[in-house]
Amino acid sequence: MALLQISEPGLSAAPHQHRLAVGIDLGTTNSLVATVRSGISTVLNDEQGCALLPSVVHYAADGEVLVGQLAQEEQSAYPHNTIVSVKRFMGRGLKDVGDVSNLPYRFVEAPSTSSGPAPGMLQLRTAAGVKSPVEVSAEILRVLRVRAELALGGELVGAVITVPAYFDDAQRQATKDAAKLAGLNVLRLLNEPTAAAIAYGLDNAAEGVYAVYDLGGGTFDISILRLSRGVFEVLATNGDSALGGDDFDHRIYCRLLEKNGLSALPAPDIRSLLTHARAAKEQLTDHLDTRVTAVLSSGEVIDNVLTRAEFHEMSQNLVQRTLQALRKALRDAKLTASEVKGVVMVGGATRMPHIQQAVGDFFGQSPLNNLDPDKVVALGAAIQANVLAGNRSGDDWLLLDVIPLSLGIETMGGLVEKIVPRNSTIPSARAQEFTTYKDGQTAMSIHVVQGERELVSDCRSLAKFELRGIPAMVAGSARIRVTFQIDADGLLSVSAREMASGTEASIVVKPSYGLSDEEITRMLHDSNQYARDDMMARALREQQTEAAQLLEAVDNALQQDGEALLDAAAQARIRGSMDGLRAVIAGSDHQAIKRAVEALNQVTTEFAQKRMDKSVKSALAGHRLSELE
Amino acid sequence: MLPSGADFQQDFFSLFNLPARFRIDSSSLERSYLALQAQVHPDKFAHLPEAERRLSMQWTTRVNEGYQALRNPLNRARYLLSLQGVDTQEESNTSMPREFLMQQMEWREAQEEALQAKDIAVLEELEQRVQHEMRFLQQQLAVDIDDTHDFAAASGIVRKLKFLEKLAEEIGSAFDELDS
Repeated sequence: MALLQISEPGLSAAPHQHRLAVGIDLGTTNSLVATVRSGISTVLNDEQGCALLPSVVHYAADGEVLVGQLAQEEQSAYPHNTIVSVKRFMGRGLKDVGDVSNLPYRFVEAPSTSSGPAPGMLQLRTAAGVKSPVEVSAEILRVLRVRAELALGGELVGAVITVPAYFDDAQRQATKDAAKLAGLNVLRLLNEPTAAAIAYGLDNAAEGVYAVYDLGGGTFDISILRLSRGVFEVLATNGDSALGGDDFDHRIYCRLLEKNGLSALPAPDIRSLLTHARAAKEQLTDHLDTRVTAVLSSGEVIDNVLTRAEFHEMSQNLVQRTLQALRKALRDAKLTASEVKGVVMVGGATRMPHIQQAVGDFFGQSPLNNLDPDKVVALGAAIQANVLAGNRSGDDWLLLDVIPLSLGIETMGGLVEKIVPRNSTIPSARAQEFTTYKDGQTAMSIHVVQGERELVSDCRSLAKFELRGIPAMVAGSARIRVTFQIDADGLLSVSAREMASGTEASIVVKPSYGLSDEEITRMLHDSNQYARDDMMARALREQQTEAAQLLEAVDNALQQDGEALLDAAAQARIRGSMDGLRAVIAGSDHQAIKRAVEALNQVTTEFAQKRMDKSVKSALAGHRLSELE
Repeated sequence: MLPSGADFQQDFFSLFNLPARFRIDSSSLERSYLALQAQVHPDKFAHLPEAERRLSMQWTTRVNEGYQALRNPLNRARYLLSLQGVDTQEESNTSMPREFLMQQMEWREAQEEALQAKDIAVLEELEQRVQHEMRFLQQQLAVDIDDTHDFAAASGIVRKLKFLEKLAEEIGSAFDELDS
């Protein structure tokens, strides 16, 4: 595949080293890592030459952790200790998962503790103890990080991790936590269909409105994008973060139970039949019928023939659910199916003939299958990672993505008031003023939810927090301004400030299910994968890398704009602070480096502001020029 | 001292380099928007220090907010009126012309009946009529704001358009409901 040539000889901005960055597709069924090498996005294989790492983690009683193919081999023998499709549990409570009787796991709910996941979040009991989905995912990400570091011969500057576009805040936060726990610096969470659009769009120089239909192992996304002169603008996205290839397997599994009059199987039989169901589904992509034979632990023999027609009939309503989401996305984008120029198919599950048929019929054109549906997301993520790491100026394309679900707050009577509508371009913020309803009221609670429904109980609860220390005033006279900020990863943070009294008390609220940086550090320490010394050495190296990058960035900025924007004294202050950092950078005291980095950041804040103002002005100046032409 | 014309406090029309009018050239707005995004977007700052990343997020947030405020006609009218210091009284002034209210009630009933009867064709026709009425009111806004500077009349239209936008949104949800 000839992805676009990225290195531009003679045009590289700074003479710095190529920074190692990767894109990771953390999939429900398989995960991949890719990077841009010599200007071409490539998937990195393991030592056996395999690109796909099965997203399966096995915990042995002796503490050994197996990931991928080796873990997969243990799944039927040790179903409780072998976690498959963990992505479906990310950021989820037990009540979200629904019917757990056909899943071969021992679920527990996270207890109420001061640290760790929020109470009620789903966890799994294994031979190696209770594991959260974040920890399980971190095992997969760690294997991919090590694979990339071996292949590239150095530590990574960072990674872009892809998530389903329809992932909510809890699921995104869990994914970011898992990456941090795996020792990755997260450059960005990137929506999977958007990643695919980058890979497809750059490769084919596509222009116009495109739809990306992404049916993975456990999630479904549909994104509508406008591609125009290097701008990738997501117009609308929709989907179902609990609908994927697994559900098609499940239909076959249920049919097998039905045909054989079975119910309530032991865990090893559930796992074994699910594996057979998946194989049957894959067979039916190329064959009109397939035979399933299995021996249950009771000795009972399963022997059934399934036809493609039968399979399509039993899974037709799953296909219909994807088409519903498609229609909603088109309506939100204010477009009709005929205005879509091409439909890019992503995810292994789109190989099913009835999916291809339904999508083709819907759009009145054959779907585009010219990119490997398993790899396109990782390839796009790698291209984005390369740009974010600063390996090229990146001014030739721009990515504008959206928030998939509306954000709202609870109002009287358990109703939701929407404050940031779905499909708003991110980063996005909205400030809302609240007041007290009782005389002398000094606290109020705010409940943030995500979803499209009118009742709080039908939406996902993101954060509940109390604003305290409001000065006692007459009802209705306090003015509390609450700001909801969604960053470029689609993650929410909330801050509040009392305006009337002039008290500038401001708080930052992280959603309750997220892990704090301290918790992640502690979990990293606890992890038996790392000796403590390694951790310290790693922390020092990371600090040194960050310091070197900062020095380089400030040096470039001074060369470009120092004379124009700063007086001599301000320049001298910055140079002095740079010398201070240079004096400690090679040493082994990572705290001293950290302090010097903070000092330099502090002293350059105003300079950064002036530079930003200058770029904003130059953007419009360029615009004026182009209008004159 | 910062040169004027590019500071964080400037109004959205200056930010996008457009005259502060209701009638705007939407392709100029889009060009300015993309030119600004190309300069301030977080993807351009991911490898830079924390201070610059934060500034980039604040600026991009503001550029997105401004784009929303100017692109949508109702938002643009509200914004222009607020720049003039005019209160559109959307919360306080609930008196509406009688015939407008009658029309609203009629449309709302039609929407509910179409939803009950699962009649997509009726819903589509209703959507067309609401869109048509919205376009008509937007033309009125242009005259009131840009030509006659009758801000009280413009505020009245803003209040009407708010009703219609809500109705259009509910028709959209009705389509979703019929589809599921």
